[in-house]
Amino acid sequence: MSVSDLVESAFSGSSESGKTFGIRSDLLERFIKTIRRDLRAKIGFLVVALFGLSAIFAPMLAPYDPMSQQFPILMPPDPLSANPLGTDSFGRDLLSRLMYGARISLAVGLGAVTFGAVLGILIGLFAGYYGGYIDDLLMRAVDVMWAFPWLLIAIMLVAIFGQGFWNVMVAIGFAYIDDFARLARGEVLAIREEEYTMAAKSVGLEDYEIIFEEVFPNTVAPLIVQFTIFTARAILAESTLSFLGLGVKPTTPTWGALLGQGRGFITQAWWISIIPGIAIMVTVLGINLFGDALRDAFDVKETGQT
Amino acid sequence: MSSQPRPTQRAGPSVSTTVTEEPPLLAVDNLHTTFTTERGDVPAVDGVSFAINEGEVFGIVGESGSGKSVTALSLLGLADGATVTADRLCFRDEDLLAKDEAALREIRGNDISMIFQDPMSSLNPVMTVGEQIAEVVRHHGDVGESQSLFAELRRKYVTGTSESSASWQRAVELLDTVGIPDPADRANEYPHQLSGGMKQRVMIAQALAGDPDLIIADEPTTALDVTIEAQILNELLDLRDEFGVSIMLITHDLAVVRETCDRVAVMYAGEMMETADTRTLFEDPRHPYTRGLIDSIPRTDDDREWLDAIEGNVPDPTAKPQGCPFRTRCDAAFSLCEEPLVAYSAEEPGHRTWCHLYNDAVANDGDEVQRVDDAEAKQLIQEHEASDDLVTPQRPNFGGEYR
Repeated sequence: MSVSDLVESAFSGSSESGKTFGIRSDLLERFIKTIRRDLRAKIGFLVVALFGLSAIFAPMLAPYDPMSQQFPILMPPDPLSANPLGTDSFGRDLLSRLMYGARISLAVGLGAVTFGAVLGILIGLFAGYYGGYIDDLLMRAVDVMWAFPWLLIAIMLVAIFGQGFWNVMVAIGFAYIDDFARLARGEVLAIREEEYTMAAKSVGLEDYEIIFEEVFPNTVAPLIVQFTIFTARAILAESTLSFLGLGVKPTTPTWGALLGQGRGFITQAWWISIIPGIAIMVTVLGINLFGDALRDAFDVKETGQT
Repeated sequence: MSSQPRPTQRAGPSVSTTVTEEPPLLAVDNLHTTFTTERGDVPAVDGVSFAINEGEVFGIVGESGSGKSVTALSLLGLADGATVTADRLCFRDEDLLAKDEAALREIRGNDISMIFQDPMSSLNPVMTVGEQIAEVVRHHGDVGESQSLFAELRRKYVTGTSESSASWQRAVELLDTVGIPDPADRANEYPHQLSGGMKQRVMIAQALAGDPDLIIADEPTTALDVTIEAQILNELLDLRDEFGVSIMLITHDLAVVRETCDRVAVMYAGEMMETADTRTLFEDPRHPYTRGLIDSIPRTDDDREWLDAIEGNVPDPTAKPQGCPFRTRCDAAFSLCEEPLVAYSAEEPGHRTWCHLYNDAVANDGDEVQRVDDAEAKQLIQEHEASDDLVTPQRPNFGGEYR
């Protein structure tokens, strides 16, 4: 029994036709269908589920305390030993640190993109829908952000507000506002001219209803793709900040911090850097594949054979 | 006011033939809609007057670019970026021009709703048709369901409208009303799963959801093939009979007008050319443009080798000539045509023609048009202007057959 079958059986105990657990079943059905027929979607789903679950349940699943220095230092990975992924230069278990690191890295990654996406999409929707002065005002403000490299903004924000989970999240997400705003605006510009927008007006819907109920659903597909790509990027960005010592907190295990700590020992102990690096790579890949599956689920026409 | 029964076999029960002096449902007087562009002001609608009575099918006919659709959008305050002015623009004696956006939204859908030309693009592709209709039902009817933005977003993105809710059931009922088979199943389908005719029926159902008194149908059958066209038009007429809604039917097809409308207005380059009840318009077309349109309809008894097309095109609206806009293409054009247009009434009540051929001071023997008395003609024009177009029911000296 494959994972997708499990997922399907878990969700198919529906009562009311058309709805499952109160969730629009057509979305769910298309999502499951995509996962069933598409190997890449399967891989994406598996990776996201695996890393997501191990991050959420890290305190229960991790074999050791990630901070305790109880093992010999620089033990190489050995699947059969007590430290399957080896230990670092302080004798801490790398597997445990990796699992705890996933908590921070994934949370910062998702949180940062959510922050950027919510603000950016709102700006883009309003700018695109209303046009004119509102468009100019909002989009020129957004253009200003283009003038700064994201790393500089992030460093500046962390420098001003200090390190910490939320600050790092906002610092990274801030840089994504403009990309989401621009993408959303572009989509809205096209959809605004569609006749169904006029039809919605002609039956008396208000602007905010048209924006959020008629226009936005049609912009979802490209935004989801953008969201997943940027989640991957945000995880990398968090790693970058941690690597530079501007991350959450120097001692907290995050993937970027692990990678940075291993840098000094790369010749003696490659695994300290390489293993978190592989984790980042696989997650980024998995999230991208997962995003494609999500996008297909939102495509009501089911034309795109992936 | 005059409401002639339609000259077809179909019974028109709700058309009032009694002479009551109730005000028209919609009264439009001297409507101007002007778009400001970089090339100058474009008067898309330039002085249009008409009235639509309760339970009436009123046709507006004209070629592309004659301002039919803009007229409709102006009524609803949907002509984006245009300046709309009128001496009178009243729905049920309520001045539409005086209303703010919020009050207009109340009118839209509730009192006046609109069906668009292309059903392929006027339904939202990412929502089931039931969802789209139910949304309008909630918006207008009192079905006791939360309409907060949050509730709507939850419905739209997470749960969908519950099939046991009043709004969904009303949506299914409406789909049934417009003749969609298996409405309960169809309601769960997306627009791309329906045929063009089905989609237009869905559009009609959506337009009916707010229980309007007037439905503006903007070329509702242009994108459909002829068999479906007949079905959709019959559907509209059935709705008129069933619910007593008035219909403003915008079309470029005189054949459609003849089959469906009680009264017609002919538009050209944003101006009215002629208005009459349908039978009168076809039996006694007075305006050269109307005659041209009627002559260009193919007939079963045609022995013409070529249809009589009207030469030329609609004038560029930015450089519209003063006076009659049709005179550059009109065979009967004469010197008075440069004077501002006024309406001349004919014998039939409600038959008005915006053409100086019907000035009493003009003689027309069928071939040659002459101004008999220049001063008198101009004076008559001024009188017509001042008298608000309503006098002179007298038939002008129109001699012979104008062909």
